[in-house]
Amino acid sequence: VTAYAGPVADPDPAATRAAAIAEFQRRDRRRRRLPLLPALLFTILVTQVPFVLNIWISLQDWTIVPPRGPDFTGIENFTLGYSNPFFLDAVMVSITQTVAAVLLSLLIGTGLALLLDRQFFGRGIARTLLITPFLIMPVVAGILWKNQIFNSTFGVLNAVIEGLGFDAIPFVERYPFWSIVTVLVWQWSPFMMLIILAGLQGQPTDILEAARVDRASSRGIFTQITLPLLRPYMELGIVLGSIYLLQVFDQVDVMTGGGPGSTNVPYFVYQRSIGGGWDFGLAAAYSIIVVIATIIIATFALRVLSSLFHRQESV
Amino acid sequence: MTLSAGDRKLRGQSRWGTLALGIVTWLVAALFFFPVFWMVLNSFKTELVANTKPVLLFEPTLERWQAATESIPGLLSFSEAFYNSFLVVIVSTLLVLVMAIPAAYALSIYPIKNWRDALFFFISTKFLPVVAAILPLWYMAKELGLLNTHLVLIILYTAMNLPLAVWMLNSFFNEVPRELIEAAQMDGTGLLGQIKDVMLPIVAPGIAATALLCFIFAWNEFFLAVQLNPVEGSTVPVWVSTSVTTRGQFMAKLSAASTLAVLPVVIAGWVAQKRMIRGLSMGAIK
Repeated sequence: VTAYAGPVADPDPAATRAAAIAEFQRRDRRRRRLPLLPALLFTILVTQVPFVLNIWISLQDWTIVPPRGPDFTGIENFTLGYSNPFFLDAVMVSITQTVAAVLLSLLIGTGLALLLDRQFFGRGIARTLLITPFLIMPVVAGILWKNQIFNSTFGVLNAVIEGLGFDAIPFVERYPFWSIVTVLVWQWSPFMMLIILAGLQGQPTDILEAARVDRASSRGIFTQITLPLLRPYMELGIVLGSIYLLQVFDQVDVMTGGGPGSTNVPYFVYQRSIGGGWDFGLAAAYSIIVVIATIIIATFALRVLSSLFHRQESV
Repeated sequence: MTLSAGDRKLRGQSRWGTLALGIVTWLVAALFFFPVFWMVLNSFKTELVANTKPVLLFEPTLERWQAATESIPGLLSFSEAFYNSFLVVIVSTLLVLVMAIPAAYALSIYPIKNWRDALFFFISTKFLPVVAAILPLWYMAKELGLLNTHLVLIILYTAMNLPLAVWMLNSFFNEVPRELIEAAQMDGTGLLGQIKDVMLPIVAPGIAATALLCFIFAWNEFFLAVQLNPVEGSTVPVWVSTSVTTRGQFMAKLSAASTLAVLPVVIAGWVAQKRMIRGLSMGAIK
């Protein structure tokens, strides 16, 4: 039998149909994927390529001042970086700063949302005043608090303290950690308030009405109905707050410019790279350590997020 | 809407309780707003008044506003900084929407198989600290000749806001009832018609809220601006921070500069606050 390469005269109809279906499915997958591609490719290009480059840099002995390298050194940067006690300090500052700021913001934000979730005179204006701190540029917030609130000579807080007969307190110099956390909480409480407010306004009114008709106490309604309904919103607030607050840089830069109690990991890495250290290899190694640590933390956070997703699915 | 006496009774609140809580809320709101009020107040003082013990009563002057907006040769000027900021922020926000809207469509309306993985990928990029990427970004920008350009900030602000936008828009698209789309399909409406007549009217408020948040985060961004575009062509946050380093008495001038810097976002936020409440919750728990 010779191989016949021309068109098949009488093709198997089932095979043709299967091929057509496969072809259709292939096209369908492509058509579905197509609108996603620009965003996906752009995000991969801009966020992942730098990290790959970072891995390469972290394995080099490469400083700009004085100009040296890049020469391959293996994991030397990592052992050097890991043993730096100041790095561990920065890690501790980052963790405590984020936890303190997120939890305090959530607590205060929830309180504010509960206060706002009722009828009273000028409610819209009160809400407008309350969300304003979230809209303030972080650089401005840092400068404003440092110079006009906390400052021991010009600061309005110290004017009040002295007016009460006490000595002025140089807040930023003496309590750098809590000064920065105060500014963060001032800015992020309104953010948490907005999220919790969305949750409160999404409460099904029929359940609340039923509870009231049954003469449930206010406290009972709050702990039995409101709080469980708010939980996913609180989780969302914690996750989003952590994402942004782990990266705090601006306030540290303008308020203290680093130092014990205020140099967090972002500022530490910055100081060692383009912020003066110019030791690219070492700085990249620190970034990699940070990324690995963040991925570990993020895995937990994403699990929380994924529970949000499942809820979204089930409703 | 006011509550009737019966309603109030049902809610377990007395008239006095309501009044007291209203007053407490107002006091807390005033406390939160006070730093901003104080900043605006200081901008109307002379440096002599601003740089002494804090006072409430003084003779207001616009002199420091003039000083803040005056251009000094060699320094980033007010008008330049605002022009740069508006350009970078508006272009990047538009780019975000152009990419995020189709992406959200591909994740919700007509979803790809792994839509959940894709959504996780987008949001997971937000967990990676920007500062850990600044070194390679700086190096790449330098090699590509992008340092001190608008383009580098436009690209990075787009990347910074894109995940959040995809995530938010995805949840807004999820709110479009499937039946409406199917009905339009049965009527023979094409894809463009479905998007224009069925989906856009429903998701438009969500798109507005998303755009607003992108605007806020991009307008307020300082770190990338100061690292990658620190000199002339830079943005408003850099302009404010350079006002600090000016030697001498600066408090009132700095207050005027700060007030100007935060004004666009504060006004936008005030106007759109209700929409933002919905947008920030991202319909995530819908």
